[in-house]
Amino acid sequence: MPLGPLPAAVPPSWYLTLSAILFALGVLGFLLRRNIITVFMSIELMLNAVNLSFVTFSYVLKRADGHIFSFFVMVVAAAEAAVGLAIILTVFKNRQTLEIDEVSSLKN
Amino acid sequence: MDALLFMIFAAIAVICGINLVVQTHPISSALSLVGVMGALAALYLLLGGEFIAAAQLVVYAGAIMVLFVFVIMLLNAGTEKKMTVRPLGKYLGAPFLLLFFGMIAYVIQKILPSSSPVVFGAFHGGTALEIGRSLFTVYLLPFEVTSVLILIAILGAIVLARKEVD
Amino acid sequence: MNFYLLSLIKTAIVVGIFMHVLAYLQWIERKVIAHVQLRVGPRRVGPHGLLQPLADVIKLVTKEDILPSHVNKVFYFMAPFIAVTFALISISIIPFGPEITIAGVRTNMGLTDLNIGVLFILGISGLGVYGVALAGWASNNKYALMGGLRSSAQMISYELPMALALAAPLLILNTLSLREIANGQAGYYWGFIPRWAIFQMPFPQIFSFILFLIAGFAETNRVPFDLPEAENELVAGFHVEYASMKFASFFMAEYANMVTVSCIATLLFLGGWHPIFPEKYGSGLIPVLIFAASAVLCFFHAANPARPFDRITLPVFGVLFLGLGGLFLLPPVQFILLPLFWFSAKVLIILFVFIWVRATLPRFRYDQLMRFAWTFMFPVALVNLFITALLVALFP
Repeated sequence: MPLGPLPAAVPPSWYLTLSAILFALGVLGFLLRRNIITVFMSIELMLNAVNLSFVTFSYVLKRADGHIFSFFVMVVAAAEAAVGLAIILTVFKNRQTLEIDEVSSLKN
Repeated sequence: MDALLFMIFAAIAVICGINLVVQTHPISSALSLVGVMGALAALYLLLGGEFIAAAQLVVYAGAIMVLFVFVIMLLNAGTEKKMTVRPLGKYLGAPFLLLFFGMIAYVIQKILPSSSPVVFGAFHGGTALEIGRSLFTVYLLPFEVTSVLILIAILGAIVLARKEVD
Repeated sequence: MNFYLLSLIKTAIVVGIFMHVLAYLQWIERKVIAHVQLRVGPRRVGPHGLLQPLADVIKLVTKEDILPSHVNKVFYFMAPFIAVTFALISISIIPFGPEITIAGVRTNMGLTDLNIGVLFILGISGLGVYGVALAGWASNNKYALMGGLRSSAQMISYELPMALALAAPLLILNTLSLREIANGQAGYYWGFIPRWAIFQMPFPQIFSFILFLIAGFAETNRVPFDLPEAENELVAGFHVEYASMKFASFFMAEYANMVTVSCIATLLFLGGWHPIFPEKYGSGLIPVLIFAASAVLCFFHAANPARPFDRITLPVFGVLFLGLGGLFLLPPVQFILLPLFWFSAKVLIILFVFIWVRATLPRFRYDQLMRFAWTFMFPVALVNLFITALLVALFP
């Protein structure tokens, strides 16, 4: 990556790098955080990062297919959020906690 | 101008992303995620994806994240306890992250010639018209299947969140 | 002319007018409600209370800004900012009139035009809920929290029928840009019935219009859907802990949202700036007649004054109205004023309906509100969309 004065426009690889950074942050949040809701939000962050690369590739290839894929990702994310939050509500109702380590009665 | 806009929104996205990971209260994390989504919507606009930018605002920032905030407020979830990191993760995490970044950067530089920079307005395939045409011709079957998926999700959510009726 | 200079000038004009409209909307609301309830309304500050908004602004700015000790400071400060920002952004894409030429400069009336305008409006209105929800949560007060929770649930529920109601006229007009939407409603059937979306073939969008207005009431937290701030159960709901300018921000956001909903309804269903009957039958004379009638009314009441001051103030207003009416007869400004008149007349009528409903209807109960959204609004909007789609497909 050439350093120096800012160019008038950035190459697509910068967008992909941003996408990778966001994805890594999502992975980090997913692994490090202990609150179920935050873990869930980290997954959403990863999905968003993937969407960014889809749209970037769509730009590079000059085809709209990448946009369609990110549209489907959004739809799946919406469905996932509905079910996931319902599960979180049920977990909280039964155990009065959102710590992911304490929801481990199936272990052992 | 394009580079400047990219820099601004990329910076917002990264800062909000870091904030999501380091904040201990879920509602701060949720709002950081909204910030990431808003910045990404602006980046989609730069890439010529106007429909997907609007969908990002309507679906992600306007519906999914409101649901998250709603649930966090409803459960009145407090701040998180200090996380315990196992020594394996402590010492191997950073190198592996760097390795991952290196691989990604290598692959990106390898397959993408960085000769053609992203210019706003160079790609017009992302209009609502084009997306709609693709959705209802080439991708008709997946599109219809997602409606079934959403129906299942709605039913699942209702069954899970319903009060127990004796 | 330089693009940036032109944008700056237009922004200054629109913001200036918009802020005055917001301030005076509150005066109009108080006056209309007062007259519905057979009262007089504010009339102490200035003639007929016309300087009341100014007094209110001074009061709100100089009030002590209380910071409760138990709030979450960051979000407490952020919430009114978010609410007012997202309420004001929407005005930037509203077109107020056709393309015009002033002193050799061709420009659109309105700040800008997006080709995803309708989606943008939906997205921004979806983001506005964060202001209310955060205010409720950050206040750390059970009434405020209830208000915030109610607001987010209500807004998610009503956004669905709102989007479905918006989609139906879009099927007929075939575009997402607000300017083209308004242009698509120009012209008349048989020379006198306007081709507005609520009359347009193959399926008049009158049902979507009503659904959109109802959902708009809910989205702006107005009576009968003002559950988030229901004062007799939640004290004041989400803004109970706010004072001074922060309270005023929420107030301003509510009024700005009201204006936006009215503008969208006007553009999508009532033909934007297109007059109700053709120019050749003299629709250009309507504003002159209205202002002349107002002037005559003013002079009549000045001759038979109900209060001693009316003898002085009403003739002034009468002359003012006559002057305004005269402006509409001058060809150099006529082409700007006529579209503006029709646009603002329609917006004001819808705003009047907002106020009228507030003065008339009682508040819903919370379960009624939710049941109404999901078991009435949603199916009706779906059926309406389906019929529209079917008829558009059959009679293209």
